[in-house]
Amino acid sequence: MTTRESPGTPIGSEIVVRRGLWRVLLRNPLTVASIVVLAIAAIVAIIQPWILPFPPNQVKLALTNAPPFTTEYLLGGDKFGRDILSRLIASTRPALQAALVLSVVAFVVGVTAGLIAGYFSRLFDTIASWLFSVIMAVPGVIILIVLYTIFGASTTVAMAVFGFLVAPSMFWMVRTLTRSVRNELYVDAARVSGLSNLRIIGRHVLIAIRAPVILMAAGLAGAGIAVQAGLEFLGLGEPGVPSWGAMLTDAFTNIYVAPEQLIWPAVALGLVTGAFSLVSIGVRDTLEGTYVKPSNRTRRKEIEMVRGSAAVEKTLGLHPRPAGEMQSGEPLLVIEALQIAYSSNGKITTVVNGISLTVAQGEIVGIVGESGSGKSQTVFAALGLLPEEAIVAGGSIRLDGQDLLSMPDNQLRTIRGSEIAYVPQEPMANLDPSFTIGSQLVYGIRAQSRVTRKDAKDLALTMLERVGIRDPGRVFKSYPHEISGGMAQRVLIAGAVACKPRLLIADEPTTALDVTIQAEVLDLLRDLQNERDMGVLIVTHNFGVVADLCDRVIVMRAGTIVEDGAVDQVFKNPRHEYTRMLLGSVLDNAPARPALGAEATHV
Amino acid sequence: MSELFRGDDVRVTYGRGRHANEVLKGVTIAIAPGETLGLVGESGSGKTTFGRALLGLVPLSGGSMSFDGEDITRLAPRARRRLAKDVQVVFQDPYTSLNPSMTTRDILIEPLIAQGITKSIASAKVKALLDRVDMPSDALHRYPREFSGGQRQRIAIARALALDPRLIVCDEPVSALDLSTQQRVLDLLIELQERTGVAYLFISHDLSVVRHVSHRVAVMYKGEIVEQGPAVQVTERPEHPYTKRLWAANLVADPEEQARRRGMRHPTPEEL
Repeated sequence: MTTRESPGTPIGSEIVVRRGLWRVLLRNPLTVASIVVLAIAAIVAIIQPWILPFPPNQVKLALTNAPPFTTEYLLGGDKFGRDILSRLIASTRPALQAALVLSVVAFVVGVTAGLIAGYFSRLFDTIASWLFSVIMAVPGVIILIVLYTIFGASTTVAMAVFGFLVAPSMFWMVRTLTRSVRNELYVDAARVSGLSNLRIIGRHVLIAIRAPVILMAAGLAGAGIAVQAGLEFLGLGEPGVPSWGAMLTDAFTNIYVAPEQLIWPAVALGLVTGAFSLVSIGVRDTLEGTYVKPSNRTRRKEIEMVRGSAAVEKTLGLHPRPAGEMQSGEPLLVIEALQIAYSSNGKITTVVNGISLTVAQGEIVGIVGESGSGKSQTVFAALGLLPEEAIVAGGSIRLDGQDLLSMPDNQLRTIRGSEIAYVPQEPMANLDPSFTIGSQLVYGIRAQSRVTRKDAKDLALTMLERVGIRDPGRVFKSYPHEISGGMAQRVLIAGAVACKPRLLIADEPTTALDVTIQAEVLDLLRDLQNERDMGVLIVTHNFGVVADLCDRVIVMRAGTIVEDGAVDQVFKNPRHEYTRMLLGSVLDNAPARPALGAEATHV
Repeated sequence: MSELFRGDDVRVTYGRGRHANEVLKGVTIAIAPGETLGLVGESGSGKTTFGRALLGLVPLSGGSMSFDGEDITRLAPRARRRLAKDVQVVFQDPYTSLNPSMTTRDILIEPLIAQGITKSIASAKVKALLDRVDMPSDALHRYPREFSGGQRQRIAIARALALDPRLIVCDEPVSALDLSTQQRVLDLLIELQERTGVAYLFISHDLSVVRHVSHRVAVMYKGEIVEQGPAVQVTERPEHPYTKRLWAANLVADPEEQARRRGMRHPTPEEL
């Protein structure tokens, strides 16, 4: 039901991010460095027999505690006279092996159980969830210490057990993901297509959950190395096998004689575990499209690029001043030559290309357009709510002559709410589910005007009554989930107009509502506007809403204004071809389809 | 009139015990071969649930359904999979109804393979399918994200057509689309129907859209059908008070007509 573009995503940005996952990943220097570290560690682990300078357990008494970079032991000798470098290299393989065993066990146990529990979600789910909760409550490291004493020191066994102990985190994640994928429409479509459950899991579910699962496995691998080192530090490792943990112990007992011996194993451990977590963080950021703020220099360059590249289309002269407008000064809201762009991977996309419009006091102006027309971006700019990555490259937005774009944040905050109010598209998403309606209204009112809690409450109740809620007292105490969508929208309107704003901006205020409720909300908006003589700027894709509510309509397409005129005139006599095409697509007055059999008359 | 699908006193209950909530309270409708039955209703009326019940995605708590004379009320998984050949679906949201990590070709070939059609025959058929929904064949190796909403919905329609079904459940197929795209997709659906004789159960909250594509219209309110009949009759001379109210509230893109309707409708805050 939502046709508007979401404010954060300019057209196509998601596409670019997803398409070049690896390319984007490799642009993050930290991720690249981490991948290099892991690759080196893996190579070292594989070729270690050929690159060891000395056998790791070979003792040369003369080189006991030899300082680094002075003897044939490049990093010095330990307290038994063994080569620290060789021991460091030899420890790589068991460390990575531990990581591998741990993540494979956690992967196999957690993913299998999670898939079954999440997809079929009956008895097995209940039992498995209980079982994994119990395992999660077990203190893992203590179990491992007990195991070492009973079964002797086998790193592989210990890590396999530990993998089982951390499997619950994998299980919970896979179960949750599987459940949400199972509710996806494409899984329903696959079921309707006649696919068996096994095929659906194989083809649809596994693909959808692969990325987070791999990430978690990488995170667990890093944790595995740290835990293994910890156990060896406690002296539980396999004797005679060099390991970073054991090296740490040796160095620790030797700390007053040669403190620098602590550095080498600590660096190796830190690098490898750090690399594991940095890689998983990097992949997560890339998958979720986390925005990394560019430097000021990049930002300035981008702004220059927008100004240089985009030929600003002239839309001047398209906003005739409506009759009856105040002689002195300019209209309530003036947007002039506004330009908004987004940059993604160095490519600039202009979403609003030099538009100009006005809203006079007491006037209702509708902006219509299809998705990607830039209509929402325009009003978000007026509200100062554009996402951080948006580049406002030019133009001005003035409310009562004050420029909103150059205004400092705290001043803008005062204006929002008291001068400009906002009614959003999805009423439910704009109420916090954990607070009562009343507390949210009071909070909003008190943020705008310095009134006592009691006065704010009275005002909120009056407003609730004003917007047509029959039992304001009950709704005041309700939580958002206890009221209907139509009522939620009334509540938001009540909150928006409570502080007597002069401009009301509404973004598809009725799109998410049912037809009958939609008509009521439009009536309410009209009444309030009449009563308070507000200027209203309403974004919609529905010409019916415009016809019902607006005085003037602005038609936008691909970031430019193609038509701007009085509603009667635009509907009767659209000047621009695009407006004509849009109005022609409206099915309101198309004839009903005749009954089957009488089809011949149907065009 | 011969019947392709018939639902008799169809009931669906979500939850059980104290939390039981009957969302379909005995729905009886029939669809003829090659016919479009429009199912209109507001959110929570149960119209989507009825579509899902027809598709076997939701179990019935009462009543019966038959397809082409055969009882399909409770089908074993194997029989349900066989029915997939005849009954297909196009969902509302073309962004979530196509698996983002599969190419168009994989998406279209899936139902064919599931019905045991060999790969080579299926591959040939996929090309013809794309052609039928006016998509270029180079779309085959691209992913859903590379297409616009309207194009995605065309792919979803092609998937529904893959097995030459006799009935397609269209659940709000155009409500996520832009106005101009919406009309083109509707025209495509009508054209496909005229060419192949497929029947549609067309579920929508948009009265103008339903009126445009449906031969007959059924109006659903709180889990019950309150009125059904030929599209012209239901949409121009509604009898049930709810249907009347629905039509009065429907916005039209005509300021004068809208002003007239505004005078007619009395604000009834019925939601309290």
